[in-house]
Amino acid sequence: MKKFINDADRLLHDALKGVASVHSNIVEVQFSPTFVSRKQRPSEKKVVLISGGGSGHEPLHVGFVGHGMLDAACPGQVFTSPTPDQMLAAASAVDMGPGVLFIVKNYAGDVMNFQMASEMMDCPNATVLVTDDVAVEGSTHTTGRRGVAGALIVEKLAGAAAEAGADLAQCKAIGDRANQTTASMGVAFTSCTVPAAGRPTFEIEADEMEVGVGIHGEPGRRREKLQRADLIVDELLTAILRDLNPQSGAEVLLHVNGFGGTPLMELYLLFERADVQLRSLGLTPVRSLVGNYTTSLEMAGASLTLTVLDSELKALWDAPVRTSALNW
Amino acid sequence: MTNSLIVACLEAVNNSIVANESSIESLDRAIGDGDHYINVRRGCQALLAIREDLVEMPPADALNAMGMKLLSTIGGASGPLISSFFIAMGKCLRGKPEPDRADIAHAFAAGVESIKHRGKADLGEKTMLDVLIPVSRLLATLSVTKVSLSELCRQLNEEATRNMLATRDMIATKGRAHYLGERALGHIDPGCKTCEVIIAAVTQTVLAAQSRTEA
Repeated sequence: MKKFINDADRLLHDALKGVASVHSNIVEVQFSPTFVSRKQRPSEKKVVLISGGGSGHEPLHVGFVGHGMLDAACPGQVFTSPTPDQMLAAASAVDMGPGVLFIVKNYAGDVMNFQMASEMMDCPNATVLVTDDVAVEGSTHTTGRRGVAGALIVEKLAGAAAEAGADLAQCKAIGDRANQTTASMGVAFTSCTVPAAGRPTFEIEADEMEVGVGIHGEPGRRREKLQRADLIVDELLTAILRDLNPQSGAEVLLHVNGFGGTPLMELYLLFERADVQLRSLGLTPVRSLVGNYTTSLEMAGASLTLTVLDSELKALWDAPVRTSALNW
Repeated sequence: MTNSLIVACLEAVNNSIVANESSIESLDRAIGDGDHYINVRRGCQALLAIREDLVEMPPADALNAMGMKLLSTIGGASGPLISSFFIAMGKCLRGKPEPDRADIAHAFAAGVESIKHRGKADLGEKTMLDVLIPVSRLLATLSVTKVSLSELCRQLNEEATRNMLATRDMIATKGRAHYLGERALGHIDPGCKTCEVIIAAVTQTVLAAQSRTEA
């Protein structure tokens, strides 16, 4: 393992100190329990958005704290859900009265910890579960589809609604709708190493790729021989479109997300192919986002995320946002 | 059950988890996401750090304090699940400063029930419940018989090992391994391995304490 680490047990703490210093105009960081919140409280009372999850996916979620998006984020240990005391402390620090909306990626650990926090708190709260990963087939007998890069989109859209004064039920409805109309799937070329474990999470040959990989380096559904990039894009898009089934002529948001170890150059290449393919199918990518936003440490690979837009969702996407990772 | 015994068990569990690091880790890397061992070890260390406080409390309060400590320490899925177990056990033993064998069996069953409820899981889903449920049932059965403590412990360990090994042939429908579908076949569930290690450490400690009392 080659990583910039002083002490694996203090990695998260040391990294968050850096976040606090670099982005001191946008966020503040608290420890024991750990959470990151906006530096400036909103000027008017509004629903507050809190998300969180294991660390190692930076800039998700800490990088999305700020005007127009999250009010606070609770980072857990690497790839490990945060704990209820973090969520309770974050909620009591940022709650303004109209309610707390939790945005939770659908993993058993995240769901259980946020659920316990929700049960333990007194203020009105609701939860949006993010379930955009089409690689996992949902079933009533399993935990169901994972939440991956689509979390960013749910947080942006629901965050904009909250900033515009929507009440808790409306914010939840926007979040749920954003989730329903968003689908993702990814491919990994390499594994990643959880610092405290010191070894790669899975082995993969130089000429293989893991199709449908999750954002924790957990193996996907299928191992295949490496293919041309165009074919990979087509395979991912096919699975995503089968799930979303958008009407011909629909406007979409196309998000190409890198897992941390793939150069931006290749992500743009993926975008171009996906854009051409979507247009040939009668869909128009009117908004786009390309970059490393929901990463898996140093894993090489990428995911495609598509959100079917309507005028309301498009306006919410366009609304101003001032966070360390997204800013317009 | 006394509190010094709870603390002795805690130390034994910690040593045993550390000794089994490589086997637990390799199982988790095969079908999990590689953080299970680290999380369990972090939980053990957090509990060891409060052992002095635990010795002073009645068993019910000590178990509840352990649950609350684990809830804010472990994270992931195992955090709420394992802490629910201790909190439910503590609740069950309230008003029982010196619980007997039947009380403990009853509390253990309540703890396992709480894991089922929190995780919305049951037998046969390739999770820690595949060891905990059978062990809990056997403990309930044996606790109302006159079987010796050493025989009780031997049977519990045997049941834990047998059921842990049986997860090799299961497809997971809960937990991180369920994303793998059939690819989880042929791998033992890491949570079951951890439970087996913990049960072995606790029973050994309880037996050693008894033989010291008899001597």
